[in-house]
This record gives sequence, structure tokens and C-alpha cells, in this order.
Amino acid sequence: MSRERMEEYFQATIDADQKIEPKDWMPDAYRKTLIRQISQHAHSEIVGMLPEGNWITRAPNLRRKAALLAKVQDEAGHGLYLYSACETLGVEREELLDQLHSGQAKYSSIFNYPTLTWADIGAIGWLVDGAAIMNQVPLCRCSYGPYARAMVRICKEESFHQRQGYEIMLTLCRGSDEQKAMAQDALNRWWWPALMMFGPNDKESTHSEQSMKWRIKRISNDELRQRFVDMTVPQADFLGIQVPDPDMKWNESTGHYDFGPINWDEFWNVVKGNGPCNRERLKARVQAHEEGSWVREAAMAYAEKRKQRAEERARVA
Amino acid sequence: MVPSTRLYDYLLRLGDNALILGQRLGEWCGHGPVLEQDIALTNIALDLIGQARLWLEYAAQTAGKGQTEDDLAFLRDAGAFRNALLVEQPNGDFAHTIIRQFLFDAWNFALHEDLCNSGDLQIRAIAEKSLKEIAYHRKYSSEWTIRLGDGTEESRSRMQTALEDLWTYAGELWNPDDLDREMAEAGISPHLERLQPAVEKYIRDILTEATLEIPAGTWMQSGGKQGRHSEHLGYILAEMQFLQRAYPGLEW
Ligand SMILES: [Fe+2]
Ligand SMILES: [Fe+2]
Repeated sequence: MSRERMEEYFQATIDADQKIEPKDWMPDAYRKTLIRQISQHAHSEIVGMLPEGNWITRAPNLRRKAALLAKVQDEAGHGLYLYSACETLGVEREELLDQLHSGQAKYSSIFNYPTLTWADIGAIGWLVDGAAIMNQVPLCRCSYGPYARAMVRICKEESFHQRQGYEIMLTLCRGSDEQKAMAQDALNRWWWPALMMFGPNDKESTHSEQSMKWRIKRISNDELRQRFVDMTVPQADFLGIQVPDPDMKWNESTGHYDFGPINWDEFWNVVKGNGPCNRERLKARVQAHEEGSWVREAAMAYAEKRKQRAEERARVA
Repeated sequence: MVPSTRLYDYLLRLGDNALILGQRLGEWCGHGPVLEQDIALTNIALDLIGQARLWLEYAAQTAGKGQTEDDLAFLRDAGAFRNALLVEQPNGDFAHTIIRQFLFDAWNFALHEDLCNSGDLQIRAIAEKSLKEIAYHRKYSSEWTIRLGDGTEESRSRMQTALEDLWTYAGELWNPDDLDREMAEAGISPHLERLQPAVEKYIRDILTEATLEIPAGTWMQSGGKQGRHSEHLGYILAEMQFLQRAYPGLEW
């Protein structure tokens, strides 16, 4: 088959809403786009363990401690599925981690903000997992089979995280004045970064059009952001705390909430590495990896020894 | 019948061991040497926190002062904690974490096996529920002890160092004091000296396979079970209890 015919066949498969599988032919650019997106997503899961892990040892009671441990562990599991999905495209986890550690690969900027109080654990579950679900539910129908299937598993757990986070917020908002202030402060700090999780406005977004055609992306950044706002503002109302946006108001004619301008300078500045925690997040990942190298080497050496011993035994027998 | 205050003290030993070790393992979350082991350590931490909740809830019931598991975990000072010194030792490198876990699991498994026959029905029920988890912990820490002991030069030397640092805290687990004897006499817990040979044999067998050597003639530290702790526990509690201390009496 000529290259053109293959491309036609590939696009027809996608247009028919059928899945592309690892052994199928695919254009290099499609493969590259997927590797970039899936690995970024995987990196976000494991870097995201750090801000939340920050409160495991200080969780306010044993039930919350267990729930938070389980949540952060789920995120590690998401990282694993996604690195595996990426490996089906021919890149090993080790190589992807090197790209993360060298700063070449990105991860979601939201995790470059600090978790300062217990309410941040509630706000992250509610807003960050909430925004992640908004982004990820359409990916369950993504054209690349292994990615779509990983997303189905992940989305189930994310919606559990989101409910759990909201429940933390609810408990705080029904608690003492100090607790309610803690919840409001967390919303103030996480709201705008959460809106930025959907990426630049559609007219600025560089990868979107091609990704739509390949059905890696199905819904535009701005539309997803609007859906998130429409879902979340009533939830804040129910909590009795305010979204930090003076322009936020219900628009009867559009049937959506209008909201104020996003500070894209801040967004790009954090992407560039100047967020409050970029350096320490990356350092923590690099340190864990480097300090773990003797463990990984020993595990390989031991596996090799075992193999040799088994072979020797087989020879003797 | 043993006095309820004595049973309470004994239950604290079980609950505090699980709580403090679970707390320590929780420090690893997000920092493990490889993603799979990060997940595995968190799993063990989760099991231990779950077990701690059951023991402390039962302890609180036994005390009959209307306290909860959280009152016991978050409102006692270090001197009232009854965990063994071993479990409060710092994580150190992965070798220290594995050796600490291995020594604890080897003993804890044997203990729980016997607690499944306890004359106290609630202890029996909690032990039965925990035993499967602890069997998995012991398998995990034994396999990693062997893998790292018999891995590379570096891993062997790190494991031997960890063993030398931590062996001195192992004896407290299986050397009985008055409370241990009293519980054994009452048919609530096993006689620790009867557990010891099997536990030591298990440890020796695994360490031999791991090419590691038990430090010779080491003095065994003790005191944790009676509330005399190392300096580490105060810091663990300062961190763990922070919110409950800063904002007393609230729901979270
Ligand atoms: Fe996740
Ligand atoms: Fe999540």
C-alpha cells in the first residue's frame, strides 16, 4: 500500500469511530502527539502525588488519613497505566522519566502550587480532580485504544476523588469559622489555576485542530472550561463560599455563567518554570529517582542471578 | 479476668505499633524508589492504619471514657504511647525501611497467628482480619530483604548497615515484660518466649538467603512498650497531631 493509501485508511478508521491499536499503522505525527500527551498526563499523575502527599502525615483524623493515602496511591496507579499506554507506542518508561527529570517534558502546571492547609486537600479533590474529569471523560472515546481504555479506569477513580474532596469542603464549611475561612482561602487560591488546567483559549491553542481531526481531542478547551464553570459555581454556592471572580454571574440568555478574564501571564510564567513550587516538585522527583537507583539496580542484578542459577540447575539435572 | 486498665494498655501496644509504623510508611508516599514500590509501601501503610483504627477503637471502648480512636491517636502525648521502639525509627534509605519492616513483620505475623486463638473474642476477630494483610507484608519485606541482600555490592552493604542499626530494637518485640506475661496467663495473648524460637528461625533463614549476617552480641534496647521512647516519637506526634492540637475539638 502506498503511504497515501495508508493515511486514507487510517483517517477512515478514525472517522468511522473505530480504535487505532498498537500494531496498526499510524502516521508519525499521530504517534508523537500521543506520546507527548499521554506522557504529560502520566507525569502529571506522579508529580500530583507530591502536593497531596504533603498532608498524609498531618491528616486530621485516621479516616481522612486512610482516604488520602488511598487517593494518592490511586494517582500512582494512574501514572502506571499511562506509562504502560505510552509504552505501546514504543517509548520505555525510563526514557519518559528522563524527559521529565531533565525538564524537557511538561506536567500539569496546577501541581506547581503549594498545599498550605488541610482545606487544600479538599479543594484539590473538588476542583483539580473535577477539572481532570471534565478533560478526561471525552478521552475515554479517544481514537487510540490503549489510551481510551486507560482513561475509562482512571475516570471512575477520579470521580470518586472529586466527591471525596467536595465532602471535605462540605465538612469544613459546616464547621467552625476558622474552618470555613480555611475553605474560602483554598477556593481563592485554587480557582484560577483550576480554570487554567483546560489550557489556552481556543484561538491560541496550537495543537487543537489536528488533534480534533485525529479524535484525540473531541471538545475544545474553552468549551470544557465553560462546562466546568457551569458545574462548579452552583457547588460553591451550596458550600456557602464564593468563587474569587467579581465578574462571575449567571447569563440568562446564554444559559451559562459569564466569568472574568484569566491571567494568562501567570499561566505562561508557571509553565516556564516560575510557579511557586516548580523547582521543588521537580527536585523531589529527581531525588526519589536518584536515591532509588541502587534499589532498581539491585533488583535487576538479583533477577539476573536467579535466572543464571535456574539455568545452572537445569543443566545439572 | 484481667483488669480493664491492663487490657487497655495491651491494646495500645497493638494499636500504636500499627499506627506509628503506618505513619512512618506514609512518609514514603510519592518518594518511593520506583512507582510499583511506592504503591506497595502505601498499601502496607493503609493496612496498618486500618488495623490501628480497629485496635484503638477497641482500646477506647475498654477504657469506657467515651473516647474515640482519634482521641487516642491525636490527643495522647509521647509518654502514653506504647509502641515498640523499632517502629518509630526513621525511614532512612529503602534498606532501613525494608529491614525495619522485615523484623517487625516476622514477629507480628507470629503474634497475630496466635492472637487468632485469643480468649478475648474481639482481639481474635481483629487478629483474624489482620492476619492475611500481615502475611502479605511479611512476604513483601522478606522478598525485598533477599533481593537487596543478594543484589549488588552496594545493596548488600546498605542492607547490612540497616540491620546493624536496627537489630538492637528487635529484642523488645519478643522479650516479655509483666504486662505481656499477665496477658499470656489470662489466655489473651501468646507467651512471647514461646513465639521467639520460630520468629528467630524465620529471620535467620531469610537473612541467610539474603547473605546478611545478624550482628553478634548486640545489646537489645527496650522501653517503648512501657512509654519510654526514643527522641523520634515526639516529632512524629508533633506532625501527626498538629491539626487536632491547633484546632481542638472540631470535626474534619
Ligand atoms: Fe489521577
Ligand atoms: Fe485523582
